[in-house]
Amino acid sequence: MSTPDPATQLEMYRRMLRIRRFDETVKTLFGRGRIPGSVHLSIGQEAEVVGACMALRTDDTMVGNHRSHGHPIGKGAALGPLLAEILGKATGVNGGKGGSMHLADFSVGSLGESSIVGSGLPVAVGAALGAKMQGSDRVCLCFFGDGASNEGYFHEALNMASAWQVPVVFLCENNGYGVTTAFSSISRVPDVAARAAAYGIPGQIVDGQDALAVHAAVAQAVQGARDGAGPSLIEAKTYRYPHHSEGPLYDAIAYRDASELAAWQARDPLPLFARHLEDTGIADTATLTSIEHAITAEVAAALEFAEQSPWPDPAEAHRGLYRTPIAGFDHA
Amino acid sequence: MRELTFLEAIREAQEQEMARDPRVFILGEDVSFNVYGSTGGLAERFGLERVRDTPISEAGFTGVAIGAALVGMRPIVDFTIASFMYLAMDQLVSMAAKTAYMYGGQAHVPAVFRAALFYNGGLAAQHSDRNYAMFMQVPGLRIAVPSTPHDAKGLLKTAVRDDDPVLMFEDGALWGSRGEVPQDDYLIPFGQAAVRREGSDLTVVAIGSRVREALTAADTLAREGISLEVIDPRTLVPLDCPTILASVAKTGRALVVDVGHKSCGVASEILATIAEDGFWSLRAPLRRLTAPDMQIPFSPALEKGFYPDAAQIVDAARRLLQE
Repeated sequence: MSTPDPATQLEMYRRMLRIRRFDETVKTLFGRGRIPGSVHLSIGQEAEVVGACMALRTDDTMVGNHRSHGHPIGKGAALGPLLAEILGKATGVNGGKGGSMHLADFSVGSLGESSIVGSGLPVAVGAALGAKMQGSDRVCLCFFGDGASNEGYFHEALNMASAWQVPVVFLCENNGYGVTTAFSSISRVPDVAARAAAYGIPGQIVDGQDALAVHAAVAQAVQGARDGAGPSLIEAKTYRYPHHSEGPLYDAIAYRDASELAAWQARDPLPLFARHLEDTGIADTATLTSIEHAITAEVAAALEFAEQSPWPDPAEAHRGLYRTPIAGFDHA
Repeated sequence: MRELTFLEAIREAQEQEMARDPRVFILGEDVSFNVYGSTGGLAERFGLERVRDTPISEAGFTGVAIGAALVGMRPIVDFTIASFMYLAMDQLVSMAAKTAYMYGGQAHVPAVFRAALFYNGGLAAQHSDRNYAMFMQVPGLRIAVPSTPHDAKGLLKTAVRDDDPVLMFEDGALWGSRGEVPQDDYLIPFGQAAVRREGSDLTVVAIGSRVREALTAADTLAREGISLEVIDPRTLVPLDCPTILASVAKTGRALVVDVGHKSCGVASEILATIAEDGFWSLRAPLRRLTAPDMQIPFSPALEKGFYPDAAQIVDAARRLLQE
């Protein structure tokens, strides 16, 4: 698999940085009580998100989960409507009806994010099956976590995708923990990728901190799926620096060591990728600094857009349940 | 006009819709071999891509249908038995019903979920559910319960063309029943009840196969000079409240007959609507005849009497007219 060209690699870096700064902003806003509900950040996981998303065409589809701010960003979505959605504003991608856990941006092929763990897996199979039946070569990328790999959905989805040779790429973002429960403590099999064998599909493990490694693996799987080779499973070993979700709930629980976090942060995907860009001569320090400034400005503009956006009209809460409204449910 | 059975009408609706629209396909267990009688010849005509046998994975293939619908397909899911919908409850509730709303109208889920009701056949508690009322608690779904072969065809065709998820419950007691079914393409709109028999003394709202029981009861009572008006809502979501209320305004009395459970059921909902919006036209208390709030036993000796029949409707009507 060839390495992406320098321009693509720079774009990968931009998108990784966009996700990092976006989620840092979300963290700050949540801490100030500006965001309703809960937020689940993917700080630390940017390399696998971007490496995977950038192996797709814009018209390819993907599904996400509750930890999915980064997925549409990785696919190229504009930041303003995403942040507006997280704040509950009218200009949000879902018009304020989805929020942090349910971002959907169909304009970039993001078919939505389900916060019921594992439930997106069969939906991704269906999206891929639909594309195949339409005679298109579009592929669906399915993000899910290690926790979802223990749901029945995982097994049903992989089995069906395999039986029908559906063009779907299952990407397990294994960050080691389902909330506070270590994957190693609830599975006798150390790697999710090993489970691919049970469904007769390829399964491989990649370094989730290495955007290029993830990109190469996903690009190959996507090409295979496009060419009719069916589904595959890729497990990206990664780590989230924040807890499962923001708020004080997890701070007092000693479910992971500080040394474990430090070890992962020593291989933080952003400086890792920045160093690679410098080592290969794709970017010098000045270029990286200017990217940094541009992204900072972009996120600030998104925040400005989101904050200045109006709240949805309260009547909107009673609209949109059905395409053809039903009296008593919808107000047309 | 030619007659078809209820099952043949469903088969014909699916065949016509698949021929009309290449986006329509069928997904379910054992559909290619037509085990349950509603897909005969379809695999031969349309191929195994579009008449797709699934693994026994209800949650999985329900999700597959939703995903396919999101990218522009129009799947018909065959659950075979309504009790199996529980395995797919999360997909039906969390995904099918919520997607259009939660994603702010960026997508809709034009999928049909067919489910057969096989009560009163000695199938015991885990295969005898009549569970449409549960789904009335889930905003975002449309729910149809046809009572004739004619309506089964017309409602299913409407369901396939609807842009929202539709659950169609097929009362097993009706599967073998015959009725006039036009060969041509016709649609029955959702939310339009059928007045099956006009009458002046009592409004009987009956669901699914209970329409037939209510009509039998009406024949019996007519000989005593008692006049029942029999209304078949045909769809529970949307529910045609105006037709029901207009009938009650005329008769002053209402009885709802349903094979579902009593508590928080279809009958409760219809009677609540009448109590709220038709109270001043009432001349007698509202009544419902339903299955008891009990699981379904196996032995025919035990299951007997669980479902309201014509005789019970006759008794209830006589009592109501004396009140």
